[in-house]
Amino acid sequence: MIEPKGAGQSARRRAEDTDPQPYAELGLTGEEYQRIIGMLGRRPTDAELAIYSVMWSEHCSYKSSRAHLRQFADKAPRSDALLAGIGQNAGVVDIGQGYAVTFKLESHNHPSYVEPFQGAATGVGGIVRDILAMGARPVAVMDALRFGPASAPDTRRVLPGVVGGISFYGNCLGLPNIGGELAFDPCYAGNPLVNALCLGVMRHEDLKLAAATGPGNKVVLVGAKTGPDGIGGASVLASASFGGGGEGGGGAERAKRPSVQVGDPFMEKLLIECCLELYAAGLVLGVQDLGAAGVACATTELAAGGGPGVGMRVRLDAVPLRDSSLGPAEILMSESQERMMAIVEPSGLERFVAICAKWDVPATVIGEVTGAGRLEMTWHGELVVDIPPGSAADQGPVYLRPAACPPGQAALAADDPSRLDRPGTGGELRSALLALLGSADAADKSWVTEQYDRYVRGETVLAMPEDAGLVRVDEQTSLGVALAVDGNGRYCRLDPYAGAQLALAEAYRNVAATGARPLAVTNCLNFGAPTDPAVMWQFTEAVRGLADACLTLGVPVTGGNVSFYNQTADAAIHPTPIVGVLGVHDDVRSRLSIGFRRAGCEVVLLGRSEAEFGGSLWAHVAHGHLGGRPPAVNLAAERELAAVLIAGAAGGLLEAAHDLSDGGLAIALAESCLAGGQGCRVQLPGEAFTCLFGESAARAVVVVRPGAEAEFAALCAARGVPAAVLGVTGGASLEATGCFAIPLDELAAAHRATLPALFG
Amino acid sequence: MARARIGVITFPGSLDDQDAARAVARAGGTAVPLWHGERDLRGVDAVVLPGGFSYGDYLRCGAIARFAPVMAELVPAARAGLPVLGICNGFQILCEAHLLPGALTRNSGLRFISREVRVRVENAATPWTRDYAPGQEVTLVLKSGEGAYVADAATLRGLQERGQVLARYAGASPNGSADSIAGICSEDGGVAGLMPHPEHAIDALTGPGTDGLGFFTSAVRALAAA
Repeated sequence: MIEPKGAGQSARRRAEDTDPQPYAELGLTGEEYQRIIGMLGRRPTDAELAIYSVMWSEHCSYKSSRAHLRQFADKAPRSDALLAGIGQNAGVVDIGQGYAVTFKLESHNHPSYVEPFQGAATGVGGIVRDILAMGARPVAVMDALRFGPASAPDTRRVLPGVVGGISFYGNCLGLPNIGGELAFDPCYAGNPLVNALCLGVMRHEDLKLAAATGPGNKVVLVGAKTGPDGIGGASVLASASFGGGGEGGGGAERAKRPSVQVGDPFMEKLLIECCLELYAAGLVLGVQDLGAAGVACATTELAAGGGPGVGMRVRLDAVPLRDSSLGPAEILMSESQERMMAIVEPSGLERFVAICAKWDVPATVIGEVTGAGRLEMTWHGELVVDIPPGSAADQGPVYLRPAACPPGQAALAADDPSRLDRPGTGGELRSALLALLGSADAADKSWVTEQYDRYVRGETVLAMPEDAGLVRVDEQTSLGVALAVDGNGRYCRLDPYAGAQLALAEAYRNVAATGARPLAVTNCLNFGAPTDPAVMWQFTEAVRGLADACLTLGVPVTGGNVSFYNQTADAAIHPTPIVGVLGVHDDVRSRLSIGFRRAGCEVVLLGRSEAEFGGSLWAHVAHGHLGGRPPAVNLAAERELAAVLIAGAAGGLLEAAHDLSDGGLAIALAESCLAGGQGCRVQLPGEAFTCLFGESAARAVVVVRPGAEAEFAALCAARGVPAAVLGVTGGASLEATGCFAIPLDELAAAHRATLPALFG
Repeated sequence: MARARIGVITFPGSLDDQDAARAVARAGGTAVPLWHGERDLRGVDAVVLPGGFSYGDYLRCGAIARFAPVMAELVPAARAGLPVLGICNGFQILCEAHLLPGALTRNSGLRFISREVRVRVENAATPWTRDYAPGQEVTLVLKSGEGAYVADAATLRGLQERGQVLARYAGASPNGSADSIAGICSEDGGVAGLMPHPEHAIDALTGPGTDGLGFFTSAVRALAAA
């Protein structure tokens, strides 16, 4: 127990003190503060208050979302592929041949607005450590980005910084960046979205869990020293404790410290190699990365993960510091990057330390696992924390916040884009296509992607601008993994339930378009403030939609992340769930690219095309309009389309495949022509404008291998997938017979000029 | 004749070491891992310094790696005729170690560049390029933030006169490199530095084709002939 000590020994507030505690400044409500007192049977110490404040934050505790996220488990489709699911650092999926992969998406939105370069860089670093903590070697990264209007001055500050940060950190780690997405909308001005995904590969037996076991085992902090990074909250404690600058002006100084962490990818690269060697040597019993809430989170989660009766004794003064003035609360809350915490048997400690020394990675024993069921921490001999670990890790508050469909929602749905002026003549359609292709959303993204190393490791089979990234896992067997991340804030604004399902459907389709079988899902749910019932309604609808669609498509959610409070004053971002789908490719040599590379092949449109323009790229670019209904969701059709694409790739029936999404057939054909260097001549199978720009889901355009036309047509018929022969590949222009012909050079110029003109 | 044994040095922060080892193996050689901290070249017939960010590029690219224990063995061996190829960060290390003249500086566009580039092999008489025809154009992968080669006018003139320009970018220099230089070599051709990556162009499945394999088959054949 925390024993009363003589006054004046230290400036830290103790349990028996009676002066007010700064719980509100730390982000805790009065009720939450009382909950802590109830759990402990006394007032928390400063250090304990620090732990609860970060562990019960929205970011760590999912207190506003947890009740809803349960649907991902409750509605999960039966899957034999799942080796570890929600609740671990990342989900783990069996892909056969003894391999497992782990993948997760995570947001770093707010830091990336405050300090774009370091915010985005440390976002990559954080998700990579999550993957490393599962026992896997990180092998690829992706990112989904959203910014304000492309031409806005602030976007010119934020976007190049974010891209530079991702480039700096990811390239220096030696992880290929294999894809992602980039979109612009005024709703993201002031609230950019930076969602980073990492993929890791391991053998089944390498799986590691975040659990402390075995009393007497050592708790070892590995990696960078701890400094005053990201402890904006803790500075409140410091200034309150020290009376606002009593001790050398400490409080005032601390309050000015930057709250965005600074990344060192070189240290992270060493940490990756070091941890993998430690795992291979069998020296790590349990491991947890240090991200948000740093030591506080790692110790409570490892101890709680160990099960009933497991505790931990930690000497906070043993934590190696970059700044010797830090106190226990700050050490607990610090978000210094490039750190991991491992549980090690005493007999293995010498070898453990030797391997760390080989990689020049500092390793320090800071405590032991106990059988006392308490998380106890001392500071120079004084007990400053004594709590049940589960009280911080698992027993935080859970809120069922009020949700209500906002009053304007019906009017928004009624504002159908059918009233908008449409291009009619061939010349108008041609201009509309070029305008869309040159819009920031649809424009060529090479300005961004050429700053990312896609080649390192020599296993990248597909990367942007392909529909999905594809990496080879085994050089001998050609087993591989495909990944796509997608989201559409406009669709979700119109209907969050359908919008979330459309995001899943698009990622699922993109994975299948490479020839891979979709297996599992991760997500990053970006929303406004959960205290706003309208936002909460969007959130609950999106989660419900996603969970229902995952069940129907047979792909379980393996983990994810929620980012709330993406709003400025009362204006929230569009609800923007980003969905990542992972698929397994049995033979990466048979992968399909989007590019039209061979002339004289049949071009076929798969799926049903309707006049669906609500939330479309055309309405957004041509009219700045957002209204009506998003495209209809047809998950059965998505499933059959995917089956056709997978079988077509495996059977060698197809030369290329490209999913249809933003901008419809027009944009898909233009992208495929430009990616492969071959034009095409097509006859539009209906009213030209609808055929070109409608955004009906469950569609793809494919190129059939010469000679396989009949077999492919039979495959489509057997699966009930509508297949319309549009024309043939070849030539130096994109030609829609009777409408227009656009030389590829002109298409390329429109496509490629936009981002360089905006960002230099 | 035993297979040529080509060492690949791993520094802290090396990234393309496995790729380089794979390229050596594809070319018919045996890749031998070498460790920065050991003063031991393990009797290899040639050495590749791979790409990456050795020591985090702290101070300057390659500036710390040149002081690694393994370099104390490599530098005299290279001066005595051991073939050495430095790719990207390896090229930067060779310049810092004064095995090659000049330096590599920030790209003229101030951004990292990762893309396929056409490169013209100017000197096809070195142990690293003998499988190419003089003037042959190949597609390799450029991926670097500090890839602009600089040297004073006299050095550039000397490189040109002595045939030490190994390769040039075909067309405009993508990074502001002096004289469009993509790679240079020592006077005898044994020590070569190349900014674009040949080891990422050894398989059409994972790169722009197989044009880069020639750098490694050249070495394997040169060593077999020696």
